[in-house]
Amino acid sequence: MFHSFLRSIFCLSLLILTVLSPRFSYAEMDVEFSGFIAGDLRIFSENGLLEDQSDARLNPSFVIQPEWSAEWNGGDDRLDFIPFFRADFQDEERTHADIRELKYLHVDDGWDVTIGLDKVFWGVMEARHLVDIINQTDNVEDVDGEDKLGQPMINVGVQRDFGDINFFVLPYFREQTFAGLDGRLRAPLDVDTDRANYDSDLEEFHPDFAVRYATVMGDWDLGFAHFYGTGREPRLVAELGGTGDLVLVPHYDLINQTSMDVQATIEEWLWKFEAIYRTGQGDDFEAMSAGLEYTFFGLIQDVGDLGVLVEYHHDGRDGSAPATIFDHDVFFGLRAALNDEDDTSILGGIILDTETQAQVFTLEASKRLNDHLTFEGELRIYSNQSDTDPLYSARDDDHLQLRLSYYF
Amino acid sequence: MLKKTLKIALLSGLVGSSIALPAWADVNVEKGTTIATEWDKRDEGFRDSNATLKMVLENRHGEKSTRELRIKTLEVPDMAEGDKSLTVFRKPRDIKGTAFLSFAHIHDPDDQWLYLPALKRVKRISSKNKSGPFMGSEFSYEDMSAQELAKYTYKWLKDEPCGDATCYVLEQRPTYENSGYTKMVVWYDQAEYRRQKIDFYDRKDALLKSLTFMEYQQYLGKFWRALDMQMVNHQTGKKTRLTFAKYEFKTGLREQDFTKNKLKKVR
Repeated sequence: MFHSFLRSIFCLSLLILTVLSPRFSYAEMDVEFSGFIAGDLRIFSENGLLEDQSDARLNPSFVIQPEWSAEWNGGDDRLDFIPFFRADFQDEERTHADIRELKYLHVDDGWDVTIGLDKVFWGVMEARHLVDIINQTDNVEDVDGEDKLGQPMINVGVQRDFGDINFFVLPYFREQTFAGLDGRLRAPLDVDTDRANYDSDLEEFHPDFAVRYATVMGDWDLGFAHFYGTGREPRLVAELGGTGDLVLVPHYDLINQTSMDVQATIEEWLWKFEAIYRTGQGDDFEAMSAGLEYTFFGLIQDVGDLGVLVEYHHDGRDGSAPATIFDHDVFFGLRAALNDEDDTSILGGIILDTETQAQVFTLEASKRLNDHLTFEGELRIYSNQSDTDPLYSARDDDHLQLRLSYYF
Repeated sequence: MLKKTLKIALLSGLVGSSIALPAWADVNVEKGTTIATEWDKRDEGFRDSNATLKMVLENRHGEKSTRELRIKTLEVPDMAEGDKSLTVFRKPRDIKGTAFLSFAHIHDPDDQWLYLPALKRVKRISSKNKSGPFMGSEFSYEDMSAQELAKYTYKWLKDEPCGDATCYVLEQRPTYENSGYTKMVVWYDQAEYRRQKIDFYDRKDALLKSLTFMEYQQYLGKFWRALDMQMVNHQTGKKTRLTFAKYEFKTGLREQDFTKNKLKKVR
């Protein structure tokens, strides 16, 4: 059923494309099928803390993400389709499907255009992705903010000697995902996404716009952007639910956000900076992240690299804006890349709040087992969260996540 | 003695090395440089190339793992600059779509960007790791990087038979920083100036690796490319074999095909 639905979308897209591209020819078309299926196991160190939360310490789940890609005109025209599905046996909100990508891409002389669902990343930092705003975060996937929902867009890029400019029209808004009542790593109350409301009367159909200029000047990679539209981060407002219980209702504001991101790559050093200025969520505010990464090449058995990361994150928002843990935090990290045939790599780090001393410790490791199988482990420990910390309700959710992925 | 050396050094700085250095060294350097210049000249004008590449890694127990990539190269005619290249990884499957953009420079560090498809993120990376392994193989980044004339000094050592042909044997020393090698000994066949073999010597001047070039093919009546290369690490017993296919030249690639923006859009 699901498959035939996907197939009809794919066929429909092909049909649209035959109209879009006059030079289309099936004979030249180069189609690829790939993807992965993975089994995840989250192991929690303690029982669920909150009411209704599952007490199970083991949380198994499965993910599948196939990928179809068709290319013609020597790669100048392309169609990508990447559906995604997770089955979680504990949290029904975490059992979810998404279309990560369904896009048509045309590359031409000095310009390109993308139409459809796509993912766009901006930024240079590791612990926080401050300027990255095009895609909504798929929060139930992972708490690091790196999993994103497919965003409908028209993205026109123009490349000139002085740099690249991209114009985005984002005609439909994707709501953030939240763990359900059974789930771990959730807000203190149920988040009632059915009652989500908006600044705009058009709600999720408010068209959002963004423009970005990016350029490379010698050792410097620079990006400047502006976004106008429905902010991706919601404010969670406590309201009385239908059953008389308090629930949290997401409210999405219309915002303007101007941002810059910079990286200087000098010898073994990466110097990084990101900043935003946002209006529309309470008082106007700025936020910035600055950091560096130094790599000791060949330090581990002559071939492996060890990188040291330090980042500072400051956020000037007040209580009328969506909460963040990065108000004044320092991130210290170590990254080891063994550069072996299994691509073994480890990234460990701690985010430390300089005022409250709250800490989030993470350790990620991955290793390829063979041509198809890859193993990943991820450890997260929360400590010292005060009752005003956004992670207060997750303070007993320390966990180790093991993932075995099969790539095809 | 010290004084004399100093005087020679000063002299050579002022008048040029031909007066200061012993005559035999000068002749061999000149001969080596002439041979290398001819090698470089014979590959001039290829403009751009596109090829798929299979890399088979073998450890000392004979266990193998395979990588597949596609490499596009753009010749940069300026002798003071290196070529540009864009590499897209196809296998192993878990890194499929990862792409690597490199602007080679002769003496400055190369400019390098890495595209991570899962995050859609392009990262500018440090290129100081010239001697680090490329994808866990016995080829280092500097081995994979564009081979430019000005990257080495040359000295002719001898002529000797190599397979069915006769080779010039040259000693080459990197002129750039952070190389993993003190020197390379390179065999060029006298008929076509094709590299037949390279011995790499590590920072302690011990023999580290040997690269053998096989199955030379000529393209467009001019450009020779070895379709099969084998690198053996003498110190670890590991091997890496590179086989090329679908070599194309002058495909019309341009500067704008080698940009950060393009990195996100190749497959």
